[in-house]
Amino acid sequence: MKKIEAIIKPFKLEEVKDALGEVGIEGMTVSEVKGFGRQKGHTEIYRGSEYTVDFLPKIKIELVVADNQVEAAIGAIVKSAKSGKIGDGKVFVSGVEQAVRIRTEEKGDSAV
Amino acid sequence: MKRYLLILALIATAALSVLPLRADNTNAMAGMAMTNAPAAAAPAAPAPAAPAANNDPAGANTTGTRADVPNLIVSEPAALTGDDLKDTNKVAAYTAAKKAFDDYTAQANKEPLAMQLADTVGHNKIAINFVWTLVTGFLVMFMQAGFALVETGLCRHKNAAHTMTMNMMIYPLGMLGFYICGFAFMFGGVGAPGAGTLGTCTSLSHELTWTIFGKPFGIIGTHGFFLTGDTYDAGLFCLFLFQMVFMDTTATIPTGAAAERWKFSAFMLYGAFIGTVMYPVFGNWVWGGGWLSQLGINFGLGHGHVDFAGSSVVHMQGGVIALIFAWLIGPRYGKYNKDGSINPMPAHNIPMAILGTFILAFGWFGFNPGSTLSGTDLRIAVVATNTMLASATGCLGALLWMWFRRGKPDPSMACNGMLAGLVAITCPCAFVSAFGAVALGLVSGLLVVESVFFFDKLKIDDPVGAISVHGVNGAWGCLSLGLFADGTYGQGWNGAHWFKLANGAYQMMDPSMAPKDATEMGVLGLFYGGGMSQFWAEFVGVATCFITLSILSIIVYKIVEVTIGNRVTEEVEIEGLDIPEMGVEGYFGVVANKTAETPHVREKAHHQMG
Repeated sequence: MKKIEAIIKPFKLEEVKDALGEVGIEGMTVSEVKGFGRQKGHTEIYRGSEYTVDFLPKIKIELVVADNQVEAAIGAIVKSAKSGKIGDGKVFVSGVEQAVRIRTEEKGDSAV
Repeated sequence: MKRYLLILALIATAALSVLPLRADNTNAMAGMAMTNAPAAAAPAAPAPAAPAANNDPAGANTTGTRADVPNLIVSEPAALTGDDLKDTNKVAAYTAAKKAFDDYTAQANKEPLAMQLADTVGHNKIAINFVWTLVTGFLVMFMQAGFALVETGLCRHKNAAHTMTMNMMIYPLGMLGFYICGFAFMFGGVGAPGAGTLGTCTSLSHELTWTIFGKPFGIIGTHGFFLTGDTYDAGLFCLFLFQMVFMDTTATIPTGAAAERWKFSAFMLYGAFIGTVMYPVFGNWVWGGGWLSQLGINFGLGHGHVDFAGSSVVHMQGGVIALIFAWLIGPRYGKYNKDGSINPMPAHNIPMAILGTFILAFGWFGFNPGSTLSGTDLRIAVVATNTMLASATGCLGALLWMWFRRGKPDPSMACNGMLAGLVAITCPCAFVSAFGAVALGLVSGLLVVESVFFFDKLKIDDPVGAISVHGVNGAWGCLSLGLFADGTYGQGWNGAHWFKLANGAYQMMDPSMAPKDATEMGVLGLFYGGGMSQFWAEFVGVATCFITLSILSIIVYKIVEVTIGNRVTEEVEIEGLDIPEMGVEGYFGVVANKTAETPHVREKAHHQMG
């Protein structure tokens, strides 16, 4: 099993969710985060004084999938989250040691 | 130790407030003379022995009678006393007036229906004035909600409960202080309420007056504490309610300037002082018949310091207190970098701030037109329209000016601009034309933007722009009256009568001395042929306001500082005042962007670093 973490632009969430559904992935966890990479922040102005907003709102999607689904999942995410503009985000993959479905207490691949 | 000092101070204040109950009488002291204070209209007759009380608590007996429609009746002339009995002219005039009165009385006894009609007309006229004054007073009370929303919207999420509650509690605190002694200090010598628009009760005829430069200087009122005794009168209660909501407008202004770092207990102690002593002193001098209103008849300065609805009495007083408190309490943590550049702390709720601004603008339709204290004075239409026009140019002017100066049409500045226009028009609203209202409103829009920049340069941190809106534009409003007043209203204001003579000269004189071809003018400013006289009267008032309120504010701030301290600790300020000070979050259960709320102090502004 692998964990896929994707940082994407917030308005892309629905598109990514639909694309993952098309390759057979139906579950995920989503959190609202802030961050920046090479995109950098931007300067705003309030009552005549400038201030810098470094952190931009992003969405983090986390999913745990079976090994044979990893490539399909990454492909779906990248294709749907891409806008071609700076700040599109990143995808990270890491290993997962164990997974348990709480309701049925299934373990392993049948839990994801 | 500090707690004991506080308890001692509270006991002393309570004791002092009881003393005037026994002392409000006509005792003469060396160098001071008690006199009936002239009301806003013609000067009173020479003071006789204290008249019998004529208060009417039920509002059913002497409030609103034929005496209130003097054009329909003939009044008994005042009996001559002392030296007047030797003046043949005065005796002849009295005899003629007495005969006219006797003839009228004989005729009146033959026409009971006419007299009943006169009584009914008088009653209805006063009733209209009562309803007008009360309803406009209720509108001004609603401005408390407007202030609460503007201030809280412009402050940060983590301080919402604290900012809102300060605005909530200032209402009862200020009101009770005004009830205990503030109203008595301010209006104890004002004469008939509304100069006769709210009845003829004469209980408020006790003004402490000093003779300075050979002129009577009204200093403070000494009657009306706790609204008891002969102050228990329907018309006086009407006046109290109306004036109290004006006082609370002043009281709530400093809460915006000291927000986000003011201890709630310190604010409450301030609240005990504002309605009792801080507001009424200057208020008496302008609206209570005191010396600033008499600058005209005493020193020939226009119609004295004229302030129709309170640019100086209400707004500038609040603005000066705000300035002193913001200066002494210091800027918010993280506001200024080491090089003086600013780290903005943006408003947490712009919709709330704009809603509050509209509520204030609506309430101002009570604030300004209500200040006629008369629904039968039809100038109210001009007052209301001028108020509206100035709010528009203030708002638009500020928004466009900010857009031009710094590149974005800042919503918070649009709010400040509308309020600045309203503050500025508050003094001259009854005395200017539509053009004047539009012009001075536009200036106030520009002024509020520039003054926000100015106070930031001085590192005086004002989270909501209270100093710029109320202090700076309160002063501008009064000065603008000296420029834009067009003479169409206000004849005899503060007892001063100014006439335009046939040869074009403009001067003050007693009406009985005025030539037949002279025209009595209302309040007249520089741009309309009044010269600088009225402007100087306004300037003296503005300068007096600044000096007096600065002194009073510093004293009150220091009293609070040595007893309980004004400012919260740095930890509390960073966490947000809601939980530590109030025990509850403004938005419990709502997740907010906490990290952006507290700026980091750097050597210079972040956007200038690399």
